[in-house]
Amino acid sequence: MRDTAPAIVLRGITKRFGAVAALAGADVVVERGTVHALLGENGAGKTTLMRIAFGLVAPDEGTIERNGRALRLRTPLDAIAAGIGMVHQHFSLVPAMTVAENIALGGRGAFSTRDAVERVRRASVAAGLDVDPTALAADLSVSMQQRVEILKAFAHGATLLILDEPTAVLPPRDARALLSQLRDFARAGGAVVLITHKLREALSAADDVTVLRRGATVFHARVTDATEDRLVEALVGARAAPVQSTHGTPRGAPVLRAEGVGVEIDGVVRLTEASVSAHSGEIVGIASVEGNGERELLRVLVGTQPIARGSVERPARVAFIPEDRHRDALVDEFSLTENLALGDAARRRGRMAWRSLGAEAQRVMSAFDVRASAPSVLAATLSGGNQQRFVIGRALRDEPQAIVAENPSRGLDVRATAFVHDALRAARNRGSAVVVYSSDIDELVELCDRVIVCFAGRVREVPATAAAIGQALVGAAS
Amino acid sequence: MNYTLARNATAAAVVVCGTLALLAAIVAVAGYAPGPALEALWRGSFGSWYSFTSATLVRATPLIIVGIATTLAFRAGVFNIGGEGQLLVGASLAAFVVLGVPAGAWSVPLGLGAGAIGGAVWAAIPAVMRHRFGVLEVITTLMLNAVAIQLVGWLVHGPLQEPTHVYPQSATIASPAQLPIIASGTRMHAGVALALLLAAGAWWFATQTAAGFRWRAVGANPHAAAVTGRIDVARTVFIVFVASGALAGLAGAVEVQGVALALYESLSPGYGYTAIAVALLARLDPRAVVPSALLFAALEAGAGAMQRDAGVPSVLVKIVEAALILVVLAFDARQRRRLAVAVVA
Repeated sequence: MRDTAPAIVLRGITKRFGAVAALAGADVVVERGTVHALLGENGAGKTTLMRIAFGLVAPDEGTIERNGRALRLRTPLDAIAAGIGMVHQHFSLVPAMTVAENIALGGRGAFSTRDAVERVRRASVAAGLDVDPTALAADLSVSMQQRVEILKAFAHGATLLILDEPTAVLPPRDARALLSQLRDFARAGGAVVLITHKLREALSAADDVTVLRRGATVFHARVTDATEDRLVEALVGARAAPVQSTHGTPRGAPVLRAEGVGVEIDGVVRLTEASVSAHSGEIVGIASVEGNGERELLRVLVGTQPIARGSVERPARVAFIPEDRHRDALVDEFSLTENLALGDAARRRGRMAWRSLGAEAQRVMSAFDVRASAPSVLAATLSGGNQQRFVIGRALRDEPQAIVAENPSRGLDVRATAFVHDALRAARNRGSAVVVYSSDIDELVELCDRVIVCFAGRVREVPATAAAIGQALVGAAS
Repeated sequence: MNYTLARNATAAAVVVCGTLALLAAIVAVAGYAPGPALEALWRGSFGSWYSFTSATLVRATPLIIVGIATTLAFRAGVFNIGGEGQLLVGASLAAFVVLGVPAGAWSVPLGLGAGAIGGAVWAAIPAVMRHRFGVLEVITTLMLNAVAIQLVGWLVHGPLQEPTHVYPQSATIASPAQLPIIASGTRMHAGVALALLLAAGAWWFATQTAAGFRWRAVGANPHAAAVTGRIDVARTVFIVFVASGALAGLAGAVEVQGVALALYESLSPGYGYTAIAVALLARLDPRAVVPSALLFAALEAGAGAMQRDAGVPSVLVKIVEAALILVVLAFDARQRRRLAVAVVA
């Protein structure tokens, strides 16, 4: 099989989103009959590259070849016609429809339930993916939904299958089964691209591996020629020496502590034996590739996530700065005064002291440089940076003993980011215990005194250096 | 404050003038003389002390109370459109209790309390269905309206039918259980004052109390309410649901004890549905519910006079009411889009 033309070749792909270069000359060659791992850290460009291969994003530069022929993709329909299928991280099944109906969606002509069911039954036997065609999509487990997505791609005649972090949502046993099924599909003459950030997974399941870093291909080899060390080096690169986080206050007593915490959501284990503590006067960083339990860990610390096992110690006042400001932190159509009052809405009793709340909002606005004409303006009318400064000011105003922040500088420019960092450092220096999750390693190195990495639901403290964090994020042994 | 007051007054004037102009146009298109029709409308609604108190204010009373119930519920993200059913069940329970218990000084509050409980129980059914099974309340509350109408029908043909078993209605309630008339020579009963007090109280509750603030937060952004406000959203939704049902049920009791003085099937000419329009025209502001309810009540009171005195079919007024709601909704949607544009820019 190897002597025929590659299943797909992407060459010199560049893509800019505004001022940001998501891809800068990325190359990937996927041979027929192989499973190809596409490795990279958060934001390395893996998903963007594969969205280009599936016609979802148009590249600025670069060429695509499929089975030796040049290919132009205007929409995903072109990609499907060329035998390319993609399974995204978030599935797109219609919950109220059966498996057979979901797979038949997008087809043409008359629909016969019996034919559709029969077709799916045959396809699932042929692919070795056991699925009940008459089950409702809403009743399926995550693993089953993923199988249906794969069958859907096969039903459209896919011979090249792209999967974006397919094992992130699966329990370990199902993940192993999926990887072996993908290998079978490749052995039968297909080709698979596996987007992943897990090193071990790439080494065990793939034939070839390509590593992207900052939008460019930095490594490409047969898996048999790649070692874990070389892959880590390619993934993380040579980083600048870490900036020392200047730290005046000595670390005090533990304030926020989780011991042996286990979390399960809908039967899937999200956190196992997680023990984390944050002391007064320190900033603890949490590093994680999305979906490795970091979300649950933060909410366990804040107290909004029920735990299956273990124990948590928490002070009276824990401030939480959620990642999605529009969804979780602000009511757009409320004034700043009302949004300030939202901070401890559950504990308020009797009448609202609007006059003093308004004065308090005014104080937060001046202390945290929130630019708005008055506390009575609607939150929706503020810019993103001003909104975030307000959210942080609200969280820090009554000097909470512990602060948990989730990607607090997401979407902010350099100045606003620096402001957020200064505010968190000031809180630490006053003696708060601060826990910060960030998807940006460099931010963690710059800001934090200690760093804890979440990988596959387990936590581990690592040295606060970019290289050590980078290795732990992909599950490499230290 | 003066600015918003002036703006609201302008808006109200525009709405009233627009409504009248539209009505005149429709009357003319239908082939009647607009002049006498509008004159009759005026006579029947605001033209005399008697018509204002006995026709307009008495009709506005259930619209205000159920309009408040709808406003508070919608504000909290509870789309309770079952005001009609809750009103009818409240009316039924009030009649049942008042007729079953010997009349006395306590009869009025007893009946009103029974009405509130009836409405609360009727609203608790869809509240539990939403809470436990995630069933959309828009569907359940609407369906329970139909059930409530049948329930009243069964009651007045069965257990609550008057002693002679001739008419499909209950016995007349004893005078101690009736709401007192508060202006002699009119039909204006104490329920009118109660409705105005409730409107003021609802505004005070929504804007000045911590519980009202939580209700509004849950409606405006349930995620932020839960994550940042640590509010128990499911519990709040349940309480709002039951409270709005209690208010609608109270309106039913007021109708029985203040106007109808007995239970019968046509007790409510769709007050529960019109109240949704009242709340929407008031743009879910409890203060604006009163003028909004007055406008609808005046239109309906005047429509009767229009038909009687000028021979113009009263159904034309229904067209105007519908047009009014459409215009308000379109205006609201445009404003929201403008806000969205301002946010993006």
